[in-house]
Amino acid sequence: MSYEFLMASAIGVLVAGGIYLALRARTFQVVLGLTLISYAVNLFLFASGRLVVGSPPIWDKAVSEYTDPLPQALVLTAIVITFGMTAFVVILALRSFLETGSDHVDGDTVPCDTQDGMADGDSPP
Amino acid sequence: MTLADHLPILPIAIPALAAPCALLVMRRRRGLAIGIAFASCLAMLAAGLALMALVSDGTIIAYAVGEWPAPFGIVLVADRLAAMMLVLAATLALIALLHAVLTRADRKGWHFHPLFQFQLMGLNGAFLTGDLFNLFVFFEVLLIASYGLMLHGQGRARLKAGVQYVVVNLVGSSVFLIALGLLYALTGTLNMADMGARVAAVPPEDQGLLRIAALLLVSVFALKAAVAPLHLWLARTYAVSTPAVAALFAILTKVGVYSLIRVVPQVFGDGAGAAAWVPAPYLLPAAMVSAVIGFAGVFAARSMAEQAAYAVIGSTGTLLIAVAGWTPDSLGAALYYLAHSTIAAAALFIVADAVARRRGSFGDRASPGPDFADRSGVGLLFMLAAIAATGLPPLSGFIGKLLILKSLTALPDWGWAWGVILGTTLIGVIGFARVGSAVFWKRADDAGLPPPAASRVDLAAPIIALALLAALSAGAGWASAYANAAAAQVLDPSLSARAVLTEPRP
Repeated sequence: MSYEFLMASAIGVLVAGGIYLALRARTFQVVLGLTLISYAVNLFLFASGRLVVGSPPIWDKAVSEYTDPLPQALVLTAIVITFGMTAFVVILALRSFLETGSDHVDGDTVPCDTQDGMADGDSPP
Repeated sequence: MTLADHLPILPIAIPALAAPCALLVMRRRRGLAIGIAFASCLAMLAAGLALMALVSDGTIIAYAVGEWPAPFGIVLVADRLAAMMLVLAATLALIALLHAVLTRADRKGWHFHPLFQFQLMGLNGAFLTGDLFNLFVFFEVLLIASYGLMLHGQGRARLKAGVQYVVVNLVGSSVFLIALGLLYALTGTLNMADMGARVAAVPPEDQGLLRIAALLLVSVFALKAAVAPLHLWLARTYAVSTPAVAALFAILTKVGVYSLIRVVPQVFGDGAGAAAWVPAPYLLPAAMVSAVIGFAGVFAARSMAEQAAYAVIGSTGTLLIAVAGWTPDSLGAALYYLAHSTIAAAALFIVADAVARRRGSFGDRASPGPDFADRSGVGLLFMLAAIAATGLPPLSGFIGKLLILKSLTALPDWGWAWGVILGTTLIGVIGFARVGSAVFWKRADDAGLPPPAASRVDLAAPIIALALLAALSAGAGWASAYANAAAAQVLDPSLSARAVLTEPRP
């Protein structure tokens, strides 16, 4: 298996999992989904400079092969931004849960443990 | 270099400096924080007007940050369109800030003024940047600030809507980054002018990727502009936000429209192969659907703030119908209507707040309530704001819609567009008349005692907003000439490419 295939499939799996989780109804799962998507996006940005193994990003007299430094800078920016955003959305989801008593994205006032995530056959308390 | 040479960076630098200052003095000396906020907004307005004066003869100022030559360094580009948006943002900010201070809405939390300044920094940066990645960064700056502002005042309804707003925008940001990654991989640049030149050289086997990247980018802008079917986040978010904040948010959807107008002709213009004019087949139908949905929402709204939020969707739809023509005439008309509809939407939100503050527990619900103070005065303001939002004479909405209708006759599908614009105007008029008559003419028998008379200071901001619309209508000749010139400049990407990609000064 080539490095490219590994990278591409990793991004694909992360995005698929992220989309599945982001479409769930409860905020914790949605936050996890968004995190997975942002990991995939970071890998994708990194790959946009082409995958070059074992080459420096900085000019050097001795080498002729370089890896593109710009995507690495972009990924760094994107990581910082998504990290801040994730922290914010976690706090927001927590506040929303404490204030409304429900961790549903729709903010339904039905208590969360009578909604999904409950094992089949369980009866609501 | 003189100060005038650094003018393009000022609209970003001023709020960036004002925000931490306001944060430092906020707790001890609120008066000083308010002073800083107003001084910063006035300075931004002055910088915007000065830039407008400099670029009104058609020059495009390219400001290389740190003197690194474009396409390698970051570049700010000030042209007619950017200057117009800067002036519009600063004006709207002054109105929203005045209303927030006068109604003491800024006292509901500790960080109103710093967040407000960061919001403006993001907006101004997005209008000025000539680099796609910096457009993303400034989008994030304005979004982070908008999350804080949207939640300002807190409460259950805001937190509920806030989670959805944040999640939707986080997904939007991820899609934006994917589009940027693809475009960088294909063209090897992120500078818009440079990308516009290089996109023609994308090899045939990569045309599919290019088209995907262009469509992803355009759909992110459509999400920000709240174009159907990506409009669902807007109504609930704007309706529950603090009214002064919602008034400022009136320009957030316009940032999406601005980005479309900026990026599509420059990067995905005639030479872009498979991505040439990529949103063209989808934009007109989507815009018509959003106009219909927006004004249907105006017709069906349960409260005045919700109605104002749907009016934002509807006006963006109308605006994009004109943008979708991509001719200088229709784009010029769209830019005139953009300035008008932003201020008109802000006026609607502020008037709704004036009503809610006077009706006590009835709030701004579209149902008969008690007889409240200044009923006829507020009613008059609501009528004027509704006239502006629907586009009836004598305010500038009429001229804007007239210009749009006139410019559309040159296009193939103009019958549909005319039908949608005129039909939605009628629905909007009926919707506003329904709410206005319920709130201002009818009286609930069991409403109880009227709430105590509020002070009239909260009528100042709507009066100023409506006066600006009257001025926009009185100066329509000059304003639409400027808008047409801006549109012609945007549609000729070689102009900005020449300005941006020149050798740096020695």
